[in-house]
Amino acid sequence: MKVLVAVKRVVDYNVKVRVKSDNTGIELTNVKMSMNPFDEIAVEEAIRLKEANKVSEIIIVSIGPKQSQETIRTALAMGADRGILIETESEIQPLSVAKLLKEVCDQEKPELVILGKQAIDDDANQTGQMLSALLNWSQGTFASKLEIEEDKLLVTREIDGGLETLKLTMPSIITTDLRLNEPRYASLPNIMKAKKKPIEEKKPEDFGIDISPRLTTLKVIEPPKREAGVMLESIPQLVDKLKNEAKVI
Amino acid sequence: MQKYEAPIKDIEYLINSVFKINNYSNLDRFKKINPEITTMILEEASKFTQNVLLPLNQSGDSEGCKFEEGDVKTPDGFKEAYNTFIKGGWSSLTFDEEFGGQGLPTIIGVIVSEMIVSTNMAFGMYPGLTQGAYKAIEKIGNSEQKKLYLPKFSDGKWTGTMNLTEAHCGTDLGLIKTKAEPCPDGSYLITGSKIFISAGEHDLSENIVHLVLARLPDAPTGIKGISLFIVPKFLSNDNGELTDKNNVKCLSIENKMGIKASSTCEMKYESATGYLLGEKNKGMKAMFIMMNEARLGVGIQGLGMSEVAYQSAAEYTKDRLQGRSLNSPVNPELPADPIIVHPDVRRMLLSVKSFNESARALSIWIALNIDIAEHHPDSDTKKNASEFLALMTPIAKAFLTDTSFENVNLALQCYGGHGYIRDHGMEQFVRDTRITQLYEGTSGIQALDLVGRKLPQDMGRLLRQFFHPVDKFIKENISDKDISDIIMPLAKSFARLQQASAWVAENGMSNPNEAAGASSDYLKLFGIVTLGYMWAMMAKTSLSKLNEKDSDKQFHQDKINLSKFYMNKILPETSSLLSKITAGSKTLMSIESSNF
Ligand SMILES: Cc1cc2nc3c(=O)[nH]c(=O)nc-3n(C[C@H](O)[C@H](O)[C@H](O)COP(=O)(O)OP(=O)(O)OC[C@H]3O[C@@H](n4cnc5c(N)ncnc54)[C@H](O)[C@@H]3O)c2cc1C
Repeated sequence: MKVLVAVKRVVDYNVKVRVKSDNTGIELTNVKMSMNPFDEIAVEEAIRLKEANKVSEIIIVSIGPKQSQETIRTALAMGADRGILIETESEIQPLSVAKLLKEVCDQEKPELVILGKQAIDDDANQTGQMLSALLNWSQGTFASKLEIEEDKLLVTREIDGGLETLKLTMPSIITTDLRLNEPRYASLPNIMKAKKKPIEEKKPEDFGIDISPRLTTLKVIEPPKREAGVMLESIPQLVDKLKNEAKVI
Repeated sequence: MQKYEAPIKDIEYLINSVFKINNYSNLDRFKKINPEITTMILEEASKFTQNVLLPLNQSGDSEGCKFEEGDVKTPDGFKEAYNTFIKGGWSSLTFDEEFGGQGLPTIIGVIVSEMIVSTNMAFGMYPGLTQGAYKAIEKIGNSEQKKLYLPKFSDGKWTGTMNLTEAHCGTDLGLIKTKAEPCPDGSYLITGSKIFISAGEHDLSENIVHLVLARLPDAPTGIKGISLFIVPKFLSNDNGELTDKNNVKCLSIENKMGIKASSTCEMKYESATGYLLGEKNKGMKAMFIMMNEARLGVGIQGLGMSEVAYQSAAEYTKDRLQGRSLNSPVNPELPADPIIVHPDVRRMLLSVKSFNESARALSIWIALNIDIAEHHPDSDTKKNASEFLALMTPIAKAFLTDTSFENVNLALQCYGGHGYIRDHGMEQFVRDTRITQLYEGTSGIQALDLVGRKLPQDMGRLLRQFFHPVDKFIKENISDKDISDIIMPLAKSFARLQQASAWVAENGMSNPNEAAGASSDYLKLFGIVTLGYMWAMMAKTSLSKLNEKDSDKQFHQDKINLSKFYMNKILPETSSLLSKITAGSKTLMSIESSNF
């Protein structure tokens, strides 16, 4: 069984992002980039399935600028088998990503696609669901546990107030939540091996997909600065303020 | 707060733009890497060190190692971290592929070591000592010894130690008393006591291989009668399967100032089985073969500590609000400005930062020469690199660690009184760094090595390995107007170094006390000029990068500014050092010992 894992190159989660001075977006020049943390979990899950002999091949797909190759390479160093880069310098929104991934699925015919539940740059949380609709495959989102039972998938999902377990008929789309696993560190020998693993390079046009954005960003601004606090003299004063100014009690 | 982010961009700048390691692709080991692979290795190393080692740094310090009936327990989390470390292949980064290593260039090893030290110096001691033992056996062991021990060191299942010091001798190893009695089967029985043995006992690995200096019954007295032995904690068969416990015991561990998570052990050998490593009575020579790398390793500890202290301080000075900028408030809406606006705080931060970046350049330059000295096909190039290493080793060891200790203190100073409080982690940096000036030969001993051994060697031949490239660089660039405010001060301080070298050579010849009395100042002068040269190289690189289309202008402008800071605020110290050196040793020796 083949697994496809989609990974996105995003601003590293440690970076304190800054808004561009013209409010068109986030400052990206010279900012450290790395693999979306939810996607790392997706890669890890695929590798664990392979180590358990449930999966024969892991294909990594990334859509984005040329440097996304490094992100694919990181997944290969963790243990995936080969990569596909769909290179584009333009802004790419969830629907376009889902359409491109559908094309890749049509060619590669995986039985399972694992994605992060969202990317930490735009937090859209849409691609997996859209892909499932486009392919008309079953979906298990926000997975915190995944098991393969013969030709069925058992997916434990994190939902409000608890956990839900679904039994899915494959082929399926899974999106990962934080608690699914803890991604491994790539070992040095695997980093060296990753150098030799193939990465196929494509363009969105090769699939005949129009990726022009359907949504327009009007402006991006910093959250309002927190005002400096005031020191109060006494508890009665606090109660008074809570009652009359904040009107919360 | 202890804060660390691996300086990957600076490292890439040094290896790709300043030292252009692409030019060395004729060396086998460099064929394995390219900029992309290097970045991946660095990023993976930074993930491991930041996420696994750094969180154990303060807890490891407060917990320390525990001694229980001969066993040593490392702090909570160390064993798991060590397992992750060896599983990742980090234990054998630069070891030969033939023995299960990754066969990567020393440069990569040195860079990763710096990250390990910055995030957890005490943890780094265990693999650090193993690396020393690996190198010793690799260079002087026979083929069976290599086959047995090296793969075990590579996969981290066994660790190594260096047993030199005894209670009555640390610097003067000629006084060693530990005895080795030959047995009929070719092995030896080792008897004696060693102290201060790092990683002598611990719970990270299944076996510990001690390299022990001892004396044979018929050995000449003094340093010429010392031999080196392999004494494993557990004996094994040829396949490396453990058999019997050897007669080696850890009697206690030291309660010490810093690196508390690294065990410092008192070892007792009672007719323990040992195997001769290298030739009889040539133990010190054997030790010196691996000394270059071990001493550079300690220099790197200095750099790593200075880096993490700097990062932790820089962060704090941007947040801590005290006083107002003397020009105009930068934070009018808040009650005070961040302390980074104050010139004196900047003096402290920049002193440390300008050291770190140039010391890193130096360590990469040295590492590159280690690779050349070991692997270059051309024998002259190889020899030049070895001479360069012999010269620079004492400087890297003593100058990087002495300055680092000043630096971690400056970083603590940036925290004010909060630096003195344990929770912030700054005082740990001071305590941890202090040992680097002591072990592997004190700073004073490094200075003596420089003036007593390295300077006079072949009539000053070694000096050429540094003087020639610097001289050439200055001549090539002195008339370049864009960089003259950097080259001029370098040229002047270089002239001072030449003058001091001549003074030491001349006066040391007639009275050795003159050379010895000047030695520490001379080494410091040498170190300051060396880093000045590193800064001039970086400034030149960045100047040309500024003119490139897609370059990161801010990054390169900062390098040039920092280079100027170094030339203006650090390099002038060479004047006072030259005065101190040429004042001679008379005043040092004129007071009777009994009057102290
Ligand atoms: C935490 C820790 C870990 C250590 N780990 C190890 C280890 O793993 N293996 C090991 O074998 N040892 C180890 N050591 C020992 C260490 O290497 C020695 O302590 C060090 O070499 C100095 O020796 P000493 O303590 O005997 O000092 P001494 O030799 O007594 O020196 C005292 C002072 O005199 C100066 N001095 C001595 N001789 C001269 C001279 N000829 N000219 C000028 N000045 C001189 C020294 O510079 C120093 O300032 C460790 C020590 C510590 C504290």
